[in-house]
Amino acid sequence: MVKFNAKNLNIWFGQIQALKGVSIEIQANEILSVIGPSNSGKTSFLRILNRLNDLHPGFKMTGLLEYDKTDIRKLDVEVLRKRVGMVFALPLPLPLSIFDNVAYGVKMHGERSRQKIAAIVERSLRQAYIWDEIKDRLNVSAFKLSGGQQQRLCIARTLAVEPDVILFDEPCSGLDPISTAKIEEAMLKLKKDYTLVLVTNNVKQAARVGDRTAFFLSGELVELDRTERIFTAPADQRTDDYIRGKFG
Amino acid sequence: MRNTKRSQKIAFFLLFLATLLIVLPVGMIVVIIVQKGLPAINWQFLSDIPRQGMRAGGIFPAIIGTLYLVVGAIIFALPIGLLAAVYLSEYAKDNVLNRVIKLAIVNLSGVPSVVYGLFGLALFVVFLKFGASILSGSLTLGIMILPIIITTSREALESVPQSFREVSLSLGASKWQTIRHIVLPNAIPGILTGTILGLGRAAGETAPILFTVAAFYLPQLPKSIFDQAMALPYHLYVISTQVPNVDEKVRYGTALVLLFLVLMMNLVAIIIRYNFRKKKKW
Repeated sequence: MVKFNAKNLNIWFGQIQALKGVSIEIQANEILSVIGPSNSGKTSFLRILNRLNDLHPGFKMTGLLEYDKTDIRKLDVEVLRKRVGMVFALPLPLPLSIFDNVAYGVKMHGERSRQKIAAIVERSLRQAYIWDEIKDRLNVSAFKLSGGQQQRLCIARTLAVEPDVILFDEPCSGLDPISTAKIEEAMLKLKKDYTLVLVTNNVKQAARVGDRTAFFLSGELVELDRTERIFTAPADQRTDDYIRGKFG
Repeated sequence: MRNTKRSQKIAFFLLFLATLLIVLPVGMIVVIIVQKGLPAINWQFLSDIPRQGMRAGGIFPAIIGTLYLVVGAIIFALPIGLLAAVYLSEYAKDNVLNRVIKLAIVNLSGVPSVVYGLFGLALFVVFLKFGASILSGSLTLGIMILPIIITTSREALESVPQSFREVSLSLGASKWQTIRHIVLPNAIPGILTGTILGLGRAAGETAPILFTVAAFYLPQLPKSIFDQAMALPYHLYVISTQVPNVDEKVRYGTALVLLFLVLMMNLVAIIIRYNFRKKKKW
């Protein structure tokens, strides 16, 4: 099943064109890795999927982008963002307690029952593999956690609103290898119930977790294929150069 | 080598001297006023009405009048200022109208206070027929401190990291929910600080209340917001220049009470800000 369908997608920030004629399909329950050097448009691509780019003054898009066969511009933006969650590059807890961080989205969507909220918080923290580490201090500030824990808390917060797709924007860029491994493990398990899009600067990470890998360069989608193929026999010379570290 | 060190020392000394020169007048004002005013301070001075043509008795009606005016100004200016600040920092697009609004606010803060007084006289006292009253005076002072409240509130709102907003929106919260639950709670200390600084300014100004509320001599407390009232800065002006043979210590005592009120307000602002910085989590 196709989750996202982009046809000839162009986007601009003011005069600068960030994506050029990108056509791509994202399948349900896959992890799509997106790699490419800085300024390749990979983050712009990710942020258009839940319309976070709209916050940018001077943002403009042409072409088609469908989520579940509906044009994203026709969807209510709050509904789209609830369905398509986002985990940011740096761990970004809100200045609230651990519990309130996870409960935030649920409360904003109108849930009032304390019992239900508590159940959702526990379930989400378990799904993000952090429950056992923090279950005894849910009321302390989220800023007291380590970087890796904060990032898993942010994943739990995204899961709590019961999304359908989760976007990861370089989620491990500030983390140590052990925290990175934990997050990758979480992603591989989440794939069963969710569709994941992972933007990463770490080519090896893309190889480890991605079912398919897309390579972006200068705002264009150069190549998209099954991850093993991209890393063993890429069709395009530029892909080969990038994953071998010849530029980037 | 030696030369560089010497010129460095001279430069440091000059910088230090300039800094010291700033502290000096502040310290002297406080010392002189406390020294000359403290003997006048006693319970009767703080709680009695003025007697013998303001040469004796107390300044209680002026203290109360100033408090009424300050509270009135804040009731009027805080909601409007805060709402305007939220609009300007969260919703306003960068277009001609909004640039004009921002320019107007900057200019509003540059208007001399006596002009506010005249404006208040024309609009509230005469045109709206509120008369010389606490209502007119409060509204006039409120307009005067609006730019302070708007500017500091905007700064407080804009200092809340953009990433918090993005996180909230990315969880499907609406823009208003984001402002209400994330932006405002984190901006409140900054907004309070600005508000209290505005209050201090309102408490100390003479010109805006001159034509709009201040009574020369009114040995009773105001009964409603349509009454005139005495106020500390104007009372100080009156007993210093308009009434002969007022004891020096009464004048300085009045100044001391006024100074104390304003300093207290600033102190509260400083304490709020300090507590906030200690708790600040990002």
